Amino acid sequence: MVQAAVQSANSVDQGDDKPWVGRSIERVEDAALLSGRGRFIDDLGVQPGTLHATILRSPHAHADIVSIDVEAARRLPGVAAVLTGEQIKAVTTSLVVGVKAPVECWPIAVERVRYVGEPVAVIVATDRARAEDAAELINVAYRPRAATVDPLGAIAPGAPVLHDGFPGNLASDRAFRYGDPEKAFADAPHRFSIDIRYPRNSCTPIETYGVVASHDAGEDAFEVLANFQGPFSIHTVIARALKVPGNRLRLRTPPDSGGSFGVKQGVFPYIVLIAAAARVTGRPVKWIEDRLEHLTASVSATNRATTLAAAVAADGKILALDWDQVEDCGAHLRAPEPATLYRMHGNMTGAYDIGHVRIRNRVVVTNKTPTGLNRGFGGPQVYFALERLVQRIAIGLGLDPLDVIERNLIEAGAFPYRTATGALLDSGNYQDAIARAVEQGRLAELKARRDAARAEGRLYGIGFTAVVEPSVSNMGYITTVLTAAERRKAGPKNGAQATATVGLDPVGSVTVHVASVPQGQGHRTVLSQVVADVFGLEPKDIRVNTEIDTAKDAWSIASGNYASRFAAAVAGTAKIAAERVAGRLARIAASQLNVEAADIVFARGFVTSKQNPENRIAFSRVAALSHWSPGSLPDDAGQTIRETVFWTPPELTPPGEDDRINSSLCHGFIFDFCGVEIDRITLQTRIDRYVTMHDCGTILHPGMVNGQIRGGFAQALGAALYEEYAYAEDGSFLTGTLADYLLPTTTEVPEPEIFHMETPSPFTPLGAKGVGEGNCMSTPVCLANAVADALGVADITLPLVPARLAELVRGAEPPPPADGVAAAPARESDRRLRGEGQASVRGTPEQVWVMLLDPATLQSIIPGCQRVDKITETHFRADVTLGIGPVTGRYRADVELFDLDPPRAVTLRGGATGALGFGSAEGRVTLAPDGSGGTKLTYSYDAAIGGKIASIGGRLLDGATRVIIGQFFAALARRAGGGGASGGFSLLALLAKVAGLFGGRR
Amino acid sequence: MKPPAFDYLRAETVGEVLDGLAQQGGDARVLAGGQSLMAMLNMRLAKPKLLIDIMRIPELRKIERKTDAVVIGAGVRQADLLAWPDLAEALPLVALALPCVGHMQTRSRGTICGSLAHADPSAEMPLALVALGGEVLLRSARRRRRVAAKDFFAGMMLTARSDDELIEGISLPVINGSRFAFREVARRHGDFAIVACAATKTPSGVRLAVGGVADVPTARDWPRLEGSAVDDALNAFAYELGARDDVHATARYRRDLVRMIGRDLIGEVLR
Amino acid sequence: MSRFKSDARHPIHVSLNGEPVAGEAEPRTLLSDFLRHRLGATGTHVGCEHGVCGACTVVVDGMLTRSCLTLAAQVDGCEIRTVEGLAPAADRLGVLQQAFRRHHALQCGFCTAGILMSLDHYLARNPAPTEAEIRDLLSGHLCRCTGYTPIIQAALEAAAQLASSKKETSDA
Repeated sequence: MVQAAVQSANSVDQGDDKPWVGRSIERVEDAALLSGRGRFIDDLGVQPGTLHATILRSPHAHADIVSIDVEAARRLPGVAAVLTGEQIKAVTTSLVVGVKAPVECWPIAVERVRYVGEPVAVIVATDRARAEDAAELINVAYRPRAATVDPLGAIAPGAPVLHDGFPGNLASDRAFRYGDPEKAFADAPHRFSIDIRYPRNSCTPIETYGVVASHDAGEDAFEVLANFQGPFSIHTVIARALKVPGNRLRLRTPPDSGGSFGVKQGVFPYIVLIAAAARVTGRPVKWIEDRLEHLTASVSATNRATTLAAAVAADGKILALDWDQVEDCGAHLRAPEPATLYRMHGNMTGAYDIGHVRIRNRVVVTNKTPTGLNRGFGGPQVYFALERLVQRIAIGLGLDPLDVIERNLIEAGAFPYRTATGALLDSGNYQDAIARAVEQGRLAELKARRDAARAEGRLYGIGFTAVVEPSVSNMGYITTVLTAAERRKAGPKNGAQATATVGLDPVGSVTVHVASVPQGQGHRTVLSQVVADVFGLEPKDIRVNTEIDTAKDAWSIASGNYASRFAAAVAGTAKIAAERVAGRLARIAASQLNVEAADIVFARGFVTSKQNPENRIAFSRVAALSHWSPGSLPDDAGQTIRETVFWTPPELTPPGEDDRINSSLCHGFIFDFCGVEIDRITLQTRIDRYVTMHDCGTILHPGMVNGQIRGGFAQALGAALYEEYAYAEDGSFLTGTLADYLLPTTTEVPEPEIFHMETPSPFTPLGAKGVGEGNCMSTPVCLANAVADALGVADITLPLVPARLAELVRGAEPPPPADGVAAAPARESDRRLRGEGQASVRGTPEQVWVMLLDPATLQSIIPGCQRVDKITETHFRADVTLGIGPVTGRYRADVELFDLDPPRAVTLRGGATGALGFGSAEGRVTLAPDGSGGTKLTYSYDAAIGGKIASIGGRLLDGATRVIIGQFFAALARRAGGGGASGGFSLLALLAKVAGLFGGRR
Repeated sequence: MKPPAFDYLRAETVGEVLDGLAQQGGDARVLAGGQSLMAMLNMRLAKPKLLIDIMRIPELRKIERKTDAVVIGAGVRQADLLAWPDLAEALPLVALALPCVGHMQTRSRGTICGSLAHADPSAEMPLALVALGGEVLLRSARRRRRVAAKDFFAGMMLTARSDDELIEGISLPVINGSRFAFREVARRHGDFAIVACAATKTPSGVRLAVGGVADVPTARDWPRLEGSAVDDALNAFAYELGARDDVHATARYRRDLVRMIGRDLIGEVLR
Repeated sequence: MSRFKSDARHPIHVSLNGEPVAGEAEPRTLLSDFLRHRLGATGTHVGCEHGVCGACTVVVDGMLTRSCLTLAAQVDGCEIRTVEGLAPAADRLGVLQQAFRRHHALQCGFCTAGILMSLDHYLARNPAPTEAEIRDLLSGHLCRCTGYTPIIQAALEAAAQLASSKKETSDA
């Protein structure tokens, strides 16, 4: 079976009497997608007169909005409306927040911005370019506040507070206890502990968000088309925010969606914004997110600080776990957060039989983009800690890591197995899966490769991971964040209603509709296989529609494409719906063929008597009868025109009084191991072999299952080696282009060796489990374990940036030559730019002093300076249009002088703002006679750059600072010496210069 | 993410380009392959009033082999030079470096001179120009001048070109009987270099040019180095380049690469 | 010399997949937007608008071109090939497209058009590519769904098929 599944993934089977399910048939989706006939949201036409929106976003991580001047933007020809938080607030209500706290959550900044990229104004115009022209004319005055970007820093005393309703930035703090963890720790001979910082990243689909919205004022009803992916529990959040009942929010999805991986759940605040804009303008409004917006401000997975301790027996058996998780959800707790933290709650013991668990879960807010769904959803964060700890236990006890894994696995005979924290693991044989992987993946040979490589002095390591992959979320798991008393008050939440509709038309052809909202997973193909098997037809006879229209289709809050629920829940529900129709058709056919219904079989396009195969009737004839002659149906048959089934598994119960929660229905198993080599010079990690063994229950389409595994593996490889949404300490976002947020390409992603076994789930109609997210959970930590093994280091932080590995393994750097240049001090994550320099200037210090403080001098050496206003003797304002290299921008600058010590020293402090961002700097200038009638001018500076330019020019930020500041003083020196005015005033020129440093790879 | 408004001028002669530059000065930008400029326009980092498209001027599209140099016109695309049959023989260092410039889909449009005009300190073509000691041919309505590579790059994304000047082409010397080596380290294949090194054997010793570390690609000549003198010289050079941290690498890591790759390349060309 | 004023639309004539077509564009109109929203050729997709993702790759006068880094004004009079021109007939896929379908070399299909254009262009000039060459070519494209290897396999298989069918033609 395993081999067959693997083989059939690479070949196309031809029809015979084998079931269609389990074969890798060609996808019905592909012909259109391969010939440019896909129908993605931006490929569809819009109503004539539709307006286009762009969004002005905050350059600051944390600031008060002092004023917003939109007059110039409103006056620009083609602009229909400019909406700020105030106007949006007037037509909406706050988005609901997932914890009990007096906080508001708006889709646009109201009075205060809390992350770089937060919407500040929506500009609606005849086309996108004009809307962007107008956005540049909006003048926002900000009063910056201190920012906090680190989850532990945010809850430290004295940290800047984002929301008064979340004192100390703490949105939730819950403690859980299962079994007797205190006793287990007290009795255990060993205790191991690990501290983890899991970084921020995102699965970044290649298609960005898109929304088209309109509003019918007569009925106060909204129509929205968006590439939203679900869960449709969010529909209630959107309707409430738009102040209409659910039946006045018609939400539709386009036929195709360009990838999501969870991320397009996060489009919902923009649905609210764009729908509000449609209501205000009275016209349809369309918004297609651009890539810079997407990277800066769409949605991110959570970053998490975790301390995990284990009580361990001498043989490596883990007796208890103690989790302390601090989850960083960004600036707002947006629905469905803090779901990332609780999705794994039933699975905190992984693949292991561990009876005692203590958990402390804290949810904090920081000045970063709000988080949301992302492939793996909580799994990567949990397994990184757990599986790193397992390796540390092995090293600490002198055991083989694989031995420690095997010692702790849940017994094969124990399923269904209830974990300490409440999950009911449906099925599996983890020991068998590992044994097969070790053999088929040739672990012994891989170890020999490691030995050989190490003998040659190469850095080679092997990593292991065992992971339970949950799928089909219990819609009630998120209520575990509430106390049992709070849950009693709120009423039970649980289950996961899947829906499917099977319809037969008057010529007997079959149509299937599901609310699964695929983004490339091939749902239409798999459903055609499932339903074809029930009806004895071929997949090409079944037409599947996966668009959703909440005004017409069957759906529930659980609808959508998340938690790997398609194969296990949706496809199974379609099977049930088809079987119900088939049961009725069998009764009809039985009466026509004069046989018992039990004698009926569906095969090869006919409904046939099993006893007498010649006694048969065409499927289409039986199928059409409900339309043409309902009167001739047997009385007990019922109609066969359309059957909609809602299915929810009984195993998904609400959290218990003891806080145990069966957070997911199905649990697949993954065992990965890999060999990596690290280059001694570049410290780049090369994957030599990656083996991944999956048990996802019954495989419906081997090609697609392998496609999910490969795709998840590639994204996980990105998370492990390349991708990070990086922030500076001041909250500036540093990876705002695809040249800075590095996605792996063909030259970085090897082919994993994929193996399967199939232990069907007893809880799902088809025996299938989810498979799409597993490698996002297993692969990052497997690679980290291998790198730790290769380098012999204990602490590994993702992503595995070569320069960071260098810090771990390289000793002291060779010192600079005695007479040479010293290295600049290391700055670590501090993004402030510091430097110093000197210049020789003709003229005495007194003469230079006068020049330095003279606005006329300043004006004459600032290129493009329209004016310098002297506010006081020591305070200047300037409006400047600057062009340096190809980069131009308009800036308003404000400079003050402090600590004047004429003619010896002065401190300049100031800031500048413009469309490209903002900067602030402080510099100390000292003047001293050089002994020959001139002046020796020395300067030091400390500058910070934020906004768009920090996001997209980070690679070149430092060098530009030095260049520009050096130029300013060189220009001053030239001017003092009678030379021509050139160069630029530091703050302004710095901004303009840095703005040009787009570090793209094109 | 749409460009700001600008006029577009499709020039058919160099004179039209020079007139446009003379009239609009700093508000005009030359559009060649557009692989850097267009991204900046889409991000609204650049706001020229006029774009002058030079790609329909036949005389700028030439690669000319002279006795001791190759002259590459402003309209020569990176893919054109890669496909030039004499490349490996006449400009072996360029043949090594050019495949590292971007990707096939950008080399097909991007020009050699456009990369130089953009003056990214991590880019490969500026490094090759400096390593070979080439010249940049500048022309305005008023004058023509040749600027040596080491004088052309004035800083990060800054060059000696005046607003009214067109980079008409470059001249790269054909160096016979030497040996060349090139290597770069980037986060991913095709990314801008964290460190790129080019070594050439010179009559008196060896030259190492380094990109990605200082504000401009920087070359250093040494007489024949022996033993630990190589390490000492590279260590001093690595510090002098003034490496800094950024989101992709640390200063220390860059210096390490200069020391280690520099040593390897010097060994290769002096072998 | 032609000069297009910033505030006006100008007629742009191109050959699109062999058919002469025309539309109006402002000087700042990107080729990607011109193809999609003026000419209705929505098969070319836009993923980043800074030249990195490769989704918008088309062929202009025989050159692979990021249509997001190209102005419509630049291609006036040029021959443009897009994904809509790859299939031999509306109801039939070409060799490369078929190989993609067989190998499950696409999932969401959003990035696929650009990848197909790069491969179609490359295989016509390099009939016997190695895996390393295909990987180098396609490193200029981002795909988030497939993990790339099915794309590589499809490309190599299509190359072999195309080469053998060419050989048959020349033998005949």
